[in-house]
Amino acid sequence: MSSLQELSEAVQRGDAAAASGATTALVGGDIGPADILNRALLPAMAVIGERFREREIFLPDVLLAARAMKAAMAVLEPLLLRDGVAKSGVVVLGTVRGDLHDIGKNLVSVMLQGAGYDVVDLGSDVDADAFIDAALDADAAVIGMSALLTTTMTEMAAVVRRIEERGLHDRLRTIVGGAPLSEAFAREIGADGFAPDATAAVERIRELVRR
Amino acid sequence: MKVSLARRLAAGVVVGDGGWGTMLAERGLPAGAPPELWTLQRPEILAEIARAYVDAGAELITTNTFGASPMRLSLHRLGDRFEEINRRGVEIVRAAVGDEVLVSASIGPTGRLLAPLGNADPAEVSRGFAEQARILVAAGADVLCIETMTDLEEATLAVRAARSISEEIAIIASMTFDITPRGPFTVMGVSVSQAAETLASAGATLVGSNCGAGVEEMRIVAKAFVEVATVPVAIQPNAGLPRRQDGVLVYPESPDRFAAAVAAMAATGVGLVGGCCGTTPAHIAALRRRIGR
Ligand code: B12
Ligand SMILES: [Zn+2]
Repeated sequence: MSSLQELSEAVQRGDAAAASGATTALVGGDIGPADILNRALLPAMAVIGERFREREIFLPDVLLAARAMKAAMAVLEPLLLRDGVAKSGVVVLGTVRGDLHDIGKNLVSVMLQGAGYDVVDLGSDVDADAFIDAALDADAAVIGMSALLTTTMTEMAAVVRRIEERGLHDRLRTIVGGAPLSEAFAREIGADGFAPDATAAVERIRELVRR
Repeated sequence: MKVSLARRLAAGVVVGDGGWGTMLAERGLPAGAPPELWTLQRPEILAEIARAYVDAGAELITTNTFGASPMRLSLHRLGDRFEEINRRGVEIVRAAVGDEVLVSASIGPTGRLLAPLGNADPAEVSRGFAEQARILVAAGADVLCIETMTDLEEATLAVRAARSISEEIAIIASMTFDITPRGPFTVMGVSVSQAAETLASAGATLVGSNCGAGVEEMRIVAKAFVEVATVPVAIQPNAGLPRRQDGVLVYPESPDRFAAAVAAMAATGVGLVGGCCGTTPAHIAALRRRIGR
């Protein structure tokens, strides 16, 4: 008999086969798919995010956990859809123009998918209009931008400005992140949100979507 | 007569140069443009920076080839200029500083994660490093400087590849660490003792650290390296983490504070000292004054 605890541990260990197996076993029982997501998978990824922030674990551990989470989601996703568990929304993510750092952005993507968002990941070195066009195409409510370089942070201001210019601010919210950023910088450039790490990013985006 | 890095290390502390990326940005390299572009377009600026570092007292000058591995260049659609960028990178510095200063050819990470964690093929990565090292050595580099590494496997591939090209060339293998509650680790989870041991046995003649958060953090890293390394230690910290002030970047460490902190590391047994991001000829001049000739 598989338990939520076992599933959570498999994800935290980064054991994709065990996570997928535990999920398959659980969905035959009386715990609903939404509960499996909310009581095992999301808490497991929250623990991973927290332990990485404290550097008790490192990037490889996080990436493996993310992979295990995806393996579990592959089993769960059709059932969530069948039960009509509403998707949380669509988020467009990318690293801004001139910046190739994508590891942090990828973690944010993983956590968002784990929390039930559809993510359109544009990769790195993304142009202002490419962010906006992708968001319109996918009917996304939020654009998330990452920058790790003090020289490319200013690109975020350009995207925010471009959204204004195109008259889309009532439709598109922006959130920014990356090691050199701060809440103050986000406010200065007129972004709607900032988060210091991937776990906080999910919370902030949830607030932005609700608004 | 040129004195080799090994001979210099045996005689005392060696002073290297400071940052390049930040110097280029200051001179107008557009944000996001690969620094290697200026090897092709603005060689006179590279020569000027190299000379400024020699005038400041550096005896080893880094080439503008940090991002010139085949994988990194192809990201910028400069893959077809690979040979030229690496060869010219060495030639420009050599022509600017003459024969008595050591030319240290920079080799940076590919920026990709190795399989199975990522999708970069280790054999291809290794071939790329070997090709890059072959061109740098043929162009006359005195030292190969493998730097800013965070993945020990990738760093080891680079050191082995470099060593396969030349049995005698000096190889610096340098990684970037964060300070955690359990001491320094790279973002990939590599400790100082793992790095020191693995890289030396792969063929590095110096091991150490560059970049990172600043001199305070680097003091902890340097101490750990000096304790465990079986080969000389190279330490090149940042001038702190940059802040934006009225739209311009400001690095917090003044030349004087930087020099005092780095000279203190040299006094504890570090063999080669220099600077990384945000350090300038003024930082190296201050460091040289503290260390003496
Ligand atoms: C790995 C790395 C690289 C790799 C990138 C590989 C890749 N595919 O991403 C390579 C080798 C390519 C690289 C290149 C360069 N790098 Co680099 N790099 C790093 C390093 C070591 C780790 C970054 C990282 O992945 N951290 C781990 C992730 C998980 O953290 P994170 O990105 O901060 O993300 C978290 C949060 O910020 C947040 N977040 C991130 N994005 C978003 C987005 C949103 C919407 C939200 C809400 C939240 C959020 O959540 C994430 C998860 O918790 C850092 C140093 C360091 N220790 O930080 C330097 C660093 C970022 N690099 C630096 C520099 C200078 C460079 C180069 C310019 C070097 C050069 N001279 O060529 C080039 C630039 C290339 C380019 N054009 O982008 C400097 C930047 C200094 C500055 N602030 O300007 C740093 C800080 C090193 C230093 N100490 O000086 N680098
Ligand atoms: Zn640096």
